[in-house]
Amino acid sequence: MTTAPTGAAVEDLLRGLAPQVLGALVRRYRDFDTAEDAVQEALLAAAVQWPDQGLPANPRAWLITVASRRLTDQWRSDHARRRREATAAALVPPDEALAPAPGERPPHEEDDTLTVLFLCCHPALSPASQVALTLRAVGGLTTAQIARAFLVPEATMAQRISRAKQRIKATGIPFRLPPEQERSDRLAVVLQVLYLIFNEGYTTTAGPHLHRAELTGEAIRLTRAVHRLLPTDGEVAGLLALMLLTDARRPARTRPDGALVPLAEQDRDRWDRASIREGVALVTDTLRRAPVGPYQLQAAIAAVHAEAPRAEDTDWPQVLALYQLLERLAPNPMVTLNHAVALAMVRGPEAGLELLATLDGDERLAGHHRLDAVRAHLLEMAGDLAAARAGYRLAARRATSLPERRYLQARAARLPDGSR
Amino acid sequence: MKYMLLIYQNQASREALAEDPDGLMGEVDAIVEELIGSGEWVGGEALADVSQSRTVQVRGGLPAVTDGPFVEAKEHLAGYCLVECETPERAIEIATRWPDARLCAMEVRPLMDPSGMEM
Repeated sequence: MTTAPTGAAVEDLLRGLAPQVLGALVRRYRDFDTAEDAVQEALLAAAVQWPDQGLPANPRAWLITVASRRLTDQWRSDHARRRREATAAALVPPDEALAPAPGERPPHEEDDTLTVLFLCCHPALSPASQVALTLRAVGGLTTAQIARAFLVPEATMAQRISRAKQRIKATGIPFRLPPEQERSDRLAVVLQVLYLIFNEGYTTTAGPHLHRAELTGEAIRLTRAVHRLLPTDGEVAGLLALMLLTDARRPARTRPDGALVPLAEQDRDRWDRASIREGVALVTDTLRRAPVGPYQLQAAIAAVHAEAPRAEDTDWPQVLALYQLLERLAPNPMVTLNHAVALAMVRGPEAGLELLATLDGDERLAGHHRLDAVRAHLLEMAGDLAAARAGYRLAARRATSLPERRYLQARAARLPDGSR
Repeated sequence: MKYMLLIYQNQASREALAEDPDGLMGEVDAIVEELIGSGEWVGGEALADVSQSRTVQVRGGLPAVTDGPFVEAKEHLAGYCLVECETPERAIEIATRWPDARLCAMEVRPLMDPSGMEM
């Protein structure tokens, strides 16, 4: 044992090792469900012992040994699994060193993190299950931490995780990287799950829901890990850049009382310059060498905003061109909403309102407060203040987010009442 | 998205429950069990009989406490459950299966999210 590290350093180390240890166990014992529980127990034991007693010479090997012991203990105590225990005992020679010697690079260590991630984001699982399982098995978070972040009781989250694991078992999903021809579709699901986790914590900055804000940092950490493993993939780099550039605005996005500050009114001195530099460099480099994709385009748009010293310096023709490209590549009503705003900034509010009108019959946006909010914003730009006020109020009634509703109510309140 | 399913009772549904408490509660228990299993159950409580309630109002700084609901409502709240579902359709489907939906009414209300997106 070496000198004792801090609890936070141990936690960082453990959470990076979690999917590798799990991968090693699953390849050896072929039981994802039990292996995942055993890894959680080993992580917990390490979190208690290491800050006190110092790091073992090979932390990864220590975790694999402890988790394997937990797993075999579990099997021994479980009579119904007697036959499988016999199989496992036959597979593992007695006293075999389960992990490679210190310094020796385990052959599958990196693939394993990816394989676990692909498994947790398998399309057979619901989005809620994908998110919960990814945070636990890849992120190394405890069920209690995940439950706190999603504001549900721990029992509810435990059930979601156990159900997801049962589903993996029932559908017989194998523990290996998806075949080459499925790889890009499956990676798209992984990126979707990571972006979902990122957006969960997006505007929460303080108060009783702080745990939820930590999801943003966790999503960036996991996406960074995927980028390290797949450095040439343009969309992975694009998503990481998008997250960094969006997260850079966090200090300016809300007031101390939790009220939202729109992009145009944010104090840009409070933006995180280091995140912006990293995000801009990443997206610039990626656009040069990889085939363009939706995350890269969204990151490029975020970069244009990030590079404007003041809101009025924004290169709107550039933003508009990027939205036109995005709309062709990945058409979606949310993209059209943002496209309409960019169009209004370049060609005037009437052009934006015309584009918005094309969304009126769109089922996917029916009754969505964002459509009303954007229309109200463009009406306000056009000088139709009474209609803008009515639009903001309608949007506020339809919003199901507290900070967004408050923002929309405030927008409506500062406009004159059309009935007077 | 979290939804609160508000359970409403009236005179007729109270009597139906009094007639067959085991059958109706058994139906509810089975749905709750299923929701716990699916990871959608967040919580829920039943309320005591409406005769036990008090209505509190403060007017001109003075509190007034009266027995029972404020108005002689034909329907009143009898309990709630909180679920987290992928779609609003799923929340409505759960409400449809609750025995109170056929005896009186269920109301499905989305909860406000404490977090939001940049506007």
